[in-house]
Amino acid sequence: MSEMLKNLGAHITGKLGSSVLSSEIAFGELTVWADPARIGDVLRFLRDDPDCRFVCFIDICGADYPERDKRFDVVYHLLSPYKNFRIRVKVKTDEATPVPTVIDVFPAADWFERETFDLYGVLFDGHPDLRRILTDYGFSGHPLRKDFPLTGHVEVRYDDEQKRVVYEPVKLVQEFRKFDYLSPWEGTDYVLPGDEKAVKP
Amino acid sequence: MTTTTAEADIRNFTINFGPQHPAAHGVLRLVLELDGEVVTRVDPHIGLLHRGTEKLIEHKTYLQAVPYFDRLDYVAPMNQEHAYALAVERLLGIEVPKRGQLIRVLYSEIGRLLSHLLNVTTQAMDVGALTPPLWGFEEREKLMVFYERASGSRMHAAYVRPGGVHQDLPQQLVDDIWTFCEHHPAVLDDIEGLLTDNRIFKQRNVDIGVVKLEDCFAWGFSGVMVRGSGAAWDLRKSQPYECYSDLDFDIPIGKNGDCYDRYLIRMEEMRQSVRIMKQCIEKLNSADGKTPISSADGKVVPPKRGEMKRSMEALIHHFKLYTEGYKVPAGEVYAAVEAPKGEFGVYLVSDGTNKPYRCKIRAPGFAHLQAMDFMCRGHMLADVSAVLGSLDIVFGEVDR
Repeated sequence: MSEMLKNLGAHITGKLGSSVLSSEIAFGELTVWADPARIGDVLRFLRDDPDCRFVCFIDICGADYPERDKRFDVVYHLLSPYKNFRIRVKVKTDEATPVPTVIDVFPAADWFERETFDLYGVLFDGHPDLRRILTDYGFSGHPLRKDFPLTGHVEVRYDDEQKRVVYEPVKLVQEFRKFDYLSPWEGTDYVLPGDEKAVKP
Repeated sequence: MTTTTAEADIRNFTINFGPQHPAAHGVLRLVLELDGEVVTRVDPHIGLLHRGTEKLIEHKTYLQAVPYFDRLDYVAPMNQEHAYALAVERLLGIEVPKRGQLIRVLYSEIGRLLSHLLNVTTQAMDVGALTPPLWGFEEREKLMVFYERASGSRMHAAYVRPGGVHQDLPQQLVDDIWTFCEHHPAVLDDIEGLLTDNRIFKQRNVDIGVVKLEDCFAWGFSGVMVRGSGAAWDLRKSQPYECYSDLDFDIPIGKNGDCYDRYLIRMEEMRQSVRIMKQCIEKLNSADGKTPISSADGKVVPPKRGEMKRSMEALIHHFKLYTEGYKVPAGEVYAAVEAPKGEFGVYLVSDGTNKPYRCKIRAPGFAHLQAMDFMCRGHMLADVSAVLGSLDIVFGEVDR
């Protein structure tokens, strides 16, 4: 299986040339990094090439790496039911750079791109209807970004006097508690609060 | 919306279907544009049940994330947990012992029965039949009792965990599931007797919502939706996980790709599920089904209570696993299972800590619902609920 994936990866990089930046195989899955500006061509090739035939659209999703220069990954998953392969195509982008839409290649990309826009704020160039999809009407912010707080910014309740649903800033009775359990199994090597003031021997 | 022409008043209606409509299968708001009784545009508004599952999972340890998967497609909870468990296990590189695999498969098929029973019977209700849901729900009740006897909970089981399953099944439960399998096909015959040749049911479903196979793939369909259009594609056969490759079962496929074919496939899949369940029980009762139920890796699977009373190491493991959790090697995987509604996938990115960095849930219903506009255009208003019924939508997984 991994030998076949390796051949497939070589085939794709060979045929697509500079549109494909690199490819790798990890955990038995093939990942291809593509040039964001040419993502439509890459997916079209993967769909139509007789050795690939990734005709089945699976998924588009985002991922956020705030420490990076281009903070977002847009991840495309495709399936080839005829060859029984899966492939993952990834492109990098940031808040300002739009990724071309792939609706003309896979009509199913519509909602998945809307979802990625809604949750991450990734822009898709050429998308006919880039509205929010999962969050509330009139929601602001992109909730799956790492800098968006888990508790959100607004809360809703039904107001009996105004006879309607009202939006208010989140009020927490108790500060949101985040426990750091991330200690190593064997011994500690981090500085406890206050310890940094101690004189090092 | 009103347009007036010189000859006559022609009014195009825009109506809201839902969010509180019995045939909307939950909290779906469909904005329908109608020309007379013909649907010209469908705009589904989703997200009314959005709970931020993916965001929450990023803030929980790998074990704490399990119960969120029950709350996605809440008519077949364990199938979702299963996909997540497979993803985590692939990153960790651990193997589940035979008995654990058999129990997982057994309960995945129970989940399939739960889901298909609900879907087939409520689809019948959407087009006017009232008895099938009553009969189907009686069977679902029995299955939910099996869920409860295994996990303690009728729906939100949190039973399939990375490394295996939470606890072993008592022999009495295994025997009772066998008895259920003996009687269940007769109930399926009864439901089929009500629907398959029913004139009204056929009038409402035959040739409605026809999708060609190429369109199915392009729209990201999976599961019954592609099989209805003639693709012999089932992840249990084509990319087998767990012990599905050792089991003997058939994949029903349709010819016409309409709502009626999809109904027939679901009925046949239930019979095949019973067949799989019987094989699982036979294997559970045989010698090679007597292995442990979860992996022996103490750094991932918590120890049993009895062990903790005697072993210091087990006690330490228990403490560490329920506070810090376990660390998962950095990397990313996409694991998919053949859930009752189609391909349910989990794209999991780990950064080497005890919490998932990113957990994208690929729900089959999301892709199916998006095609409502494509499938309903040109159909009559009454067909909308028939098409919606055959798509098999559950809002827990669409909205996440």
